[in-house]
Amino acid sequence: MAVELMKGNVALAEAAICAGVQAYFGYPITPQTELLEHMAKRMPELGRAFVQAESEVAAINMVYGAACAGVRAMTSSSSPGISLMQEGFSYIAASEVPCVVVDVMRGGPGLGNIQPSQSDYFQLTRSAGHGDYHAIALAPASVQEAIDLMGLAFDLADKYRHLVFVVADGLIGQMMEPAELPPMQPITRRHDDWALTGADGRAPHVITSLQLNAPDLEALNQRLQAKLRIIHDTEQRSTEMLTDDAQLVVVGFGTAGRIAQTAVQQARREGMKVGLFRPITLWPFPEKRLSALADQVSAFLVVEMNTGQMIEDVRLAAGGQVPVTFYGRTGGVVPVPEEIYDAIRDLYRKLQSRPARE
Amino acid sequence: MTISAVEEKVVYQRPESLSDVPTHYCPGCTHGIAHRLVAEVLDELGVRERTIGIAPVGCSVFAYKYFNVDSAVAAHGRAPAMATGIKRVLPDRVVFTYQGDGDLAAIGLAEIVHAATRGENITTIFINNAIYGMTGGQMAPTTLPGQHTTSSPGGRDIEITGFPVRMAELLAGLTGTAYVARRSLHNVKEINRAKKAIRTAFETQLAGLGFAMVELLSSCPTNWHLSPPEALQWIEDYMVPYYPLGDYKVIEPVQDLMKR
Repeated sequence: MAVELMKGNVALAEAAICAGVQAYFGYPITPQTELLEHMAKRMPELGRAFVQAESEVAAINMVYGAACAGVRAMTSSSSPGISLMQEGFSYIAASEVPCVVVDVMRGGPGLGNIQPSQSDYFQLTRSAGHGDYHAIALAPASVQEAIDLMGLAFDLADKYRHLVFVVADGLIGQMMEPAELPPMQPITRRHDDWALTGADGRAPHVITSLQLNAPDLEALNQRLQAKLRIIHDTEQRSTEMLTDDAQLVVVGFGTAGRIAQTAVQQARREGMKVGLFRPITLWPFPEKRLSALADQVSAFLVVEMNTGQMIEDVRLAAGGQVPVTFYGRTGGVVPVPEEIYDAIRDLYRKLQSRPARE
Repeated sequence: MTISAVEEKVVYQRPESLSDVPTHYCPGCTHGIAHRLVAEVLDELGVRERTIGIAPVGCSVFAYKYFNVDSAVAAHGRAPAMATGIKRVLPDRVVFTYQGDGDLAAIGLAEIVHAATRGENITTIFINNAIYGMTGGQMAPTTLPGQHTTSSPGGRDIEITGFPVRMAELLAGLTGTAYVARRSLHNVKEINRAKKAIRTAFETQLAGLGFAMVELLSSCPTNWHLSPPEALQWIEDYMVPYYPLGDYKVIEPVQDLMKR
């Protein structure tokens, strides 16, 4: 495949097609609608399933159904629509069927606006439906990374029979960048050992999230937690820049991390020992690497396009060893590199004015 | 004459599509009859091994234990959406939902209306017993005016709660539906008619003709506080007049199916 100029939403859709998605169900909502529109055209061309659902509630339950049949299934939405899908997330996680959900985040709460935001961090990593579980959440910072993570999302979903979010924001969804798609994967039959395909020559398969007996439900939860521990231990992903000798490390995911990169580079030009840490998996949060960095640096500066959500995970990873400070814009306001640079400079000066760390 | 000379003829047995397990349904509840009719039809059509059933939330949440087919349990009201997802990726399978009145006519109204109007090639068995059974007898969207329930303790007051929903009539009005009928399970004659309608509904799907629903008027002796025979009589005396039995939508190709 050649490098071509692609809009984020379209790239996410086409990357899912390359990964072998066989069923897409969605509902229009800005700023993710181009994803749905691309699927509306492409899926029927390829003889795959596309349904524009009557609501996000119906869309996620259609995904649940198709996933129960053992095929790669997905939906996409934006923040208010993701709120509506929470019912389905919980049933999907409890039933252990694989599926992928793209959230192109916009400003909230409520109807909010259609500008880029990162305020679904809690919703996706903490409270994506009732019950005891976490979904896997992958956060790209460019159109190319969105493509790459889309393929990974389907692989992780199938590997762990779990719900995987690809967490973009309105900026990544709407911007155009040169990027390259992977080769088209062949459609393969998966999950014949549990999928609902008709009890032909075998005992019936049943998929349910209902366990009326408390010890049975506890056992289900313990099995889920054991799976999540494996994911937590093996799937943490992050990227970093200029952290080797850094005294201050800026932590940001997705678009915020990418804008912070420019600010960090400017600070380096000014002689400040500043680095960047960008989580790629929001859950599992890349705490192992961040904890190691906490041994080395004097402070973390968390930059988010919300009022401070991921900062809680950074604090947990830092374990009280170093101060964790915050700079954020919210309500759909995208920070410019200069304001992040100012926050870096102010914090760096403060660090310089106190005794060096032993 | 010796015993061995007596010829045995099986006249009644459990359908293969029904699992050999006791159900949790209350004595006199007609869910068991509805289950058996669906199972008999699946057997007769020879489709058990390619059928996928979707159970609802409500009294029939355990339908997956009783139907000997691949099954899932949907979130409350979402069975038609789940069935849509399955049928769209496995179009050669037989997919049906089995839903009660709270599930289908209240919380799942959007899902059933849109599955029907899309003409999804699925079959819905709709149990209308005018009450929420599983949660202990609250007012359903199908509860009759004046009917006493735990959430309409003085009798359903239409000034406050509005009117019961007639689902067969509602769905029949949608262009997308192929076959919509209402039957009752209160006596043998009506049970036989119900089975024929269920068969037509599945044949509609097998012929690829689109959405089919059979609404079945059913009893809930426990929450109606009536004996099983009184409950059947209550269907005839009170439910049938408000929910008239009959075929509400039979598109021409389905009429042809019924003639065969």
